[in-house]
Amino acid sequence: MTLYRNLTIRQKQIVWAWAFLTLPVIFYGVIRFYPTGSAVLISFQDWNLLGERTWIGADNYIQLWNDPVFWKVFKNTFVYLLLGTPVSLVLSFTIAYHLDKLRFLHSFVRMLYFLPFMTSAVAMAWVWRWFYQGVPIGLFNNILAKFGIAQIEFLNSTSYALPAVLAPAVWAGLGFQVIIFMAGIRSIPTSYYEAARIDGVGWWTVLTQITLPLLRPTIVFIVVFSSIGFLRIFDHVFNMTTNNPGGPLNATKPLVLMIYDTAFNSFNMGYATAQTVVLFTILLIVSLIQLRLLRSA
Amino acid sequence: MTSIAPTSVSLNNARPTKPRNMGQIIRWLILFFGGIAMIMPIVYMISTSLKWPHEVYNVNLMPDDPTLENYTYVLEDGRFYIWFMNSAIIATLTTISNLLFDSLVGYTLCKFKFPGRTLVFIAILSTLMIPTEMLVIPWYLMSQNFGWLDSYWGIMFPGLMTGFGTFLMKQFFESVPDDFLEAARIDGLNELQIWWTVAMPLVKPALAALAIFVFLGNWTAFLWPLIVTNSPELYTIPVGLSGFGDEADVAWELIMTGAAISTIPTLIVFLIFQRFIIRGVVMAGLKG
Repeated sequence: MTLYRNLTIRQKQIVWAWAFLTLPVIFYGVIRFYPTGSAVLISFQDWNLLGERTWIGADNYIQLWNDPVFWKVFKNTFVYLLLGTPVSLVLSFTIAYHLDKLRFLHSFVRMLYFLPFMTSAVAMAWVWRWFYQGVPIGLFNNILAKFGIAQIEFLNSTSYALPAVLAPAVWAGLGFQVIIFMAGIRSIPTSYYEAARIDGVGWWTVLTQITLPLLRPTIVFIVVFSSIGFLRIFDHVFNMTTNNPGGPLNATKPLVLMIYDTAFNSFNMGYATAQTVVLFTILLIVSLIQLRLLRSA
Repeated sequence: MTSIAPTSVSLNNARPTKPRNMGQIIRWLILFFGGIAMIMPIVYMISTSLKWPHEVYNVNLMPDDPTLENYTYVLEDGRFYIWFMNSAIIATLTTISNLLFDSLVGYTLCKFKFPGRTLVFIAILSTLMIPTEMLVIPWYLMSQNFGWLDSYWGIMFPGLMTGFGTFLMKQFFESVPDDFLEAARIDGLNELQIWWTVAMPLVKPALAALAIFVFLGNWTAFLWPLIVTNSPELYTIPVGLSGFGDEADVAWELIMTGAAISTIPTLIVFLIFQRFIIRGVVMAGLKG
């Protein structure tokens, strides 16, 4: 105690700071950094959880390169991204742009759009899965039948299954993006719009010359945020295809589901961690592109 | 003359405003019905959970004869009650841990000058780049070695502190004036007391926003609880619901009831704190 008393104020601050940080630093070291390094190491090993760990160099990565399922999954993952991100970006901006101009019952209508964001992905995957069933069970096909339109095998068709699984993911994320866009639109100084009105500029010019350019940071944030979300899609796919995970014929299987299967159904830990390293690399590239875009903005 | 004038005036006025009003009305109607369409999956989930089996496949929204029979059945089965409690306990404990540690670390990184500060900050920030999916396999192996599989601790330990929460809290502590802390120091409070009694009350809105995010995130978390639990008594509600829906011959109205049980609490929380949560989303989205 006398030792502590003899310290200067600055030294006391250092003692306190490290006292506060000791437990968290251990936590981040053991629960975040050690597992990251360990994942990279295991990706160079052959290990089926029970047997010996053997070093096999880059064999897991070579196997991945030659695995047709991996390329199918890789393609699916990017289809989720390339369909999901633009669709949700355009929808959420359109909704936010018009919602911003709405006076009557503004917060009520806004609530309607935001509500799906508060739901659990698993619960809603089951609700949508029910919607997609054939007659007489599923809602969508019942409605189609009422209008005499042919049935759609949403979840059993190799061409419709992926968009069908993606729809609830887009639906659930929309409210968040709408709110972020509205905050972005609100933060644009009204003086810009007043100047445009005095100059007699049309709404299209205002939108493309003022609103969208000034929303650039918001747009970059939303694109990256939703891209990362779609690249990591899992809960919806897993729950909507439990009878044949990632099916039919791997048509809906994303990278995270392949990782889960390889690790916890085939117990091929080395191969699974190699896939996680690939996922990490993809996400890192997306994040770096974001930083580059934000900096140049 | 006076009787004609108002008509002609109002006609003249009506012309420029009419298309604008019509546009506003159409905009409102489209947005309103779009919003109604957005909540349809939630509405159908709840309405189906209130239907008798014979009515389930009718497209009608309102049950002819609403019943709580499905809820009674599902709750008497007992599993959903256990899963619900598991989720509630785990999400609550994780939230408390995040509120304490994320704010303490955020505060320390914001208000203290010490060697290693930048390093710790960058290290914690960089954990945001590491996806959970990369960590679940090592976490699983770790849990296996330490006997953490199939336990509350096993489900909770990865989320006890987050880089996101730390970064969010650090941003908010920036707005706490150093003079306040200095005044407390002169009054003889130690650093722990200053953090808890002076700084923390000033960032209550941020703490509340963080609490909502952490709770919601843990309430709906699926991948890690799915991996780490084996016995149904330890399932969280999403893991339990997923297995329940997958059982053979489970009626859809019972699955909808389970889905409703897992969704209704978060919806109620949202309806109560609506304004607040939306502000929180904006704060976290822009600052985090």
